[in-house]
Amino acid sequence: MSRGILGADASDSMKTRAVFVIGIALGAALTVATQGYLGDIWRIYSEDIIYLTKQHIVLVLVSSGLAILVGLPAGILLSRDFMRRYSETLLQVFNIGTTIPTLAILALSITLLGIGFKPAIFGLWVATLLPIVRNVFQGLREVPAHLKEAAQGMGMTPLHILRSVELPNALYVMFAGIRTAVAVNVGTAPLAFLIGGGGLGELIFTGIDLNDMQMLLAGVIPVGLLSMLADYTLAKGQFWLIPRGVNPLRP
Amino acid sequence: METLVFISQNLDLIFERTVQHMSIVFVAIGLAIVTGVPIGILITLNQKAADIVLYIAAIIITIPSIALFGLMIPVLSLIGQGVGYLPAVIAVLLYSQLPIIRNTYTAITNVDPALREAARGLGMTPIQRLRRVEIPLAIPVVMAGVRIAVVMNIGITAIATYIGAGGLGAFISRGISQSDPRQLITGALMVSLLAIASDYFLLWLQKRLTPASSSATAGGH
Amino acid sequence: MIKLEKLSKIFETPNGGTVMAADKVSLEVPEGEICVLLGPSGCGKTTTLKMINGLIPKTSGKIHVAGRDTDTIDPVELRRSIGYVIQQIGLFPNMTIEDNICIVPDLLGWERSKARKRAAELLDLVNLDPSIFLKRFPKELSGGQQQRVGVIRALAADPPVLLMDEPFGAIDPINRAVIQDEFLKMQKELRKTIAFVSHDIDEAIKMADKIAIFKDGKLEQFSSPDDLLARPASDFIASFLGSDRTLKRLSLLKVSDVMLSGRVRVSAEEDVGKARDMMKEAGHKNIVMVGPRGRARGYLHLNDVVEATGTVEEHYQALPTTVNVDADLRTAVSQMFRHDTTWMACVDDDGFFKGFITQRAISHQLGATYRDTLAEDLT
Repeated sequence: MSRGILGADASDSMKTRAVFVIGIALGAALTVATQGYLGDIWRIYSEDIIYLTKQHIVLVLVSSGLAILVGLPAGILLSRDFMRRYSETLLQVFNIGTTIPTLAILALSITLLGIGFKPAIFGLWVATLLPIVRNVFQGLREVPAHLKEAAQGMGMTPLHILRSVELPNALYVMFAGIRTAVAVNVGTAPLAFLIGGGGLGELIFTGIDLNDMQMLLAGVIPVGLLSMLADYTLAKGQFWLIPRGVNPLRP
Repeated sequence: METLVFISQNLDLIFERTVQHMSIVFVAIGLAIVTGVPIGILITLNQKAADIVLYIAAIIITIPSIALFGLMIPVLSLIGQGVGYLPAVIAVLLYSQLPIIRNTYTAITNVDPALREAARGLGMTPIQRLRRVEIPLAIPVVMAGVRIAVVMNIGITAIATYIGAGGLGAFISRGISQSDPRQLITGALMVSLLAIASDYFLLWLQKRLTPASSSATAGGH
Repeated sequence: MIKLEKLSKIFETPNGGTVMAADKVSLEVPEGEICVLLGPSGCGKTTTLKMINGLIPKTSGKIHVAGRDTDTIDPVELRRSIGYVIQQIGLFPNMTIEDNICIVPDLLGWERSKARKRAAELLDLVNLDPSIFLKRFPKELSGGQQQRVGVIRALAADPPVLLMDEPFGAIDPINRAVIQDEFLKMQKELRKTIAFVSHDIDEAIKMADKIAIFKDGKLEQFSSPDDLLARPASDFIASFLGSDRTLKRLSLLKVSDVMLSGRVRVSAEEDVGKARDMMKEAGHKNIVMVGPRGRARGYLHLNDVVEATGTVEEHYQALPTTVNVDADLRTAVSQMFRHDTTWMACVDDDGFFKGFITQRAISHQLGATYRDTLAEDLT
């Protein structure tokens, strides 16, 4: 469960390549096949698409950025020895937390903060934060005890052990958590419109309500492309940012 | 407090929508098991096919649910089913493929080679081996995949209310559009409780289905 | 160099009780010696070791390392001055072999180039080509190679003292023997003071200058391997060492320790009658025939030549086997049994005849210890 639903495995880099190739191929095929149709959509909605895409990207970047910013230190803090007594309980809480559907989280954030951009960011932030904290915590806890013992036995200070031994060796699991969390975030971001947070959800939900297929697709296509782009970027990051010695994706 | 009053006054409606919600999830996941498990078994025969099938399933799962619903509306409109029950079931069915196919595939490829060897030594045919050794050993791991699929799709089904599929999400959508926190909280709580309860129930079931001796291999995800 | 005085450790158990993991352990490891802490699991040997570098805080007692009371040294600084090797090796997977080896030199603030040069030298020392291995990651090395790197990493900053916690426990028996031999060879030159935890008696006998046997947190006996095998201080130690402990002593003794002089010998052209007289005079049943320069060539058996005449060359038989004077007695005895003989000619590396050993002489040597003990007891 810790590696999440999008958990990366050895075939991952091939997957990302496939996503990219299929994405481009699909886009190209669609462009050719429906040039007139998509062209019409673009003519009608280009201004909305550009404006809402920007808004959408801001929603995703701000909420997931804040989630990483808070989730990393929180996960590190929970994994320290002095928290050991509470960590099991907290882990249970996080497990339950990640089970809660994202729509429910957004709905609950309305009751706290009302309608608008802020509650949308808050809801997305909560939905993204929990898997990050959980994976950072688990990644650090799974670092073999003998590595920490060897480090301590050689005279490393606790901070040095965290920086040079624990974090690098937990990085893969931590990154997998961030990737899962961002995927959840990107998947939930269209719902932000429902609570007044704007974004591409506006075109999708309004399109559904008005039974306007062009408007619907004007939202669906950028959302789909954004999600693929996000996953692709993170997969690349996972491949290149994690040192070779602890990256199962790299030989 | 108001919410509790609302809940006590609307128990029938809550019950009805819970049933509606779960019927989408159950039907779709039932279908996903019927399709995903055989696919997971079949692709153990061919590495290349396995890679391709797992890629596609992994790509599907990255598509945001509302985008998938949106994509299905124009397609299913052709048969007059653009909104409602059918697209919801199809979406859940598609999202469930990755965890179910992947776990089936992993479980079967991870069966201890010594056991396979022993089964062959006892004179079992490949079909007998599959039925009497590999599938029984794979069940707990497949169950872990089903559990992931159920929990995930309870959330996705809540969103399906926006394409007219009903379910508990209707409390949330009405709550938002009518600015009624009672309905909003009721919906959010019920969906969350349903997801958490299903998670625990399926975890319990998964443990019961795990033979004590092979619990180490059944952790799954 | 390492001195423990009444060192104790009391652990609290989760259910509120206490366990005496180490009970007033006192021992001293002189400079340049290997002391093996030996005993069954849970006997306190590892606890004792880890108290030396403070990984486990002691409850009471004193520890002196290199003449300094460890209470007066900051634990982090102390650990940087003591090499530490663990069973799981503990190479950091995120660092290259070079960075792994340079950890302590870097911590001590060595100049970068000096530390890297040291890493290359150390790899050379254990026969790993630096040009190949420096930039590799631990996962690219075999278990035996990783273990070697684990050992040289502990030696990187040239600490006078090493603590080793079952350092060769995770390797297969064949590689283990090779690495043990390599390590002993290194130790001959490096002369580190080493505390070494093991649960393997054979390893202890092979590696140790002194063995400390632990049971239930108490130091039961502290003596040299031969002494330990010859005079186990209690029934527990005797049974822990095994009923074949006297045989284990064989590997501690060399052929030269029990060899009888080879001055009695004949050459090929000498008269059989002379050989017969020499045997009778010395009380031997056999005599070795040597070549012109003194190489062992064959032998005569007294019963075969009682009536014989002529030269030795006309009557000699080939030697069934010979043994090197530097071999241990375990090898020698094994060879005797294999060839069903009660004596063997001993030769040096070039095949020159040096003397002979007999089963009687070996059992006499092993038994001497016990007779001495008996004599002491009687007086």
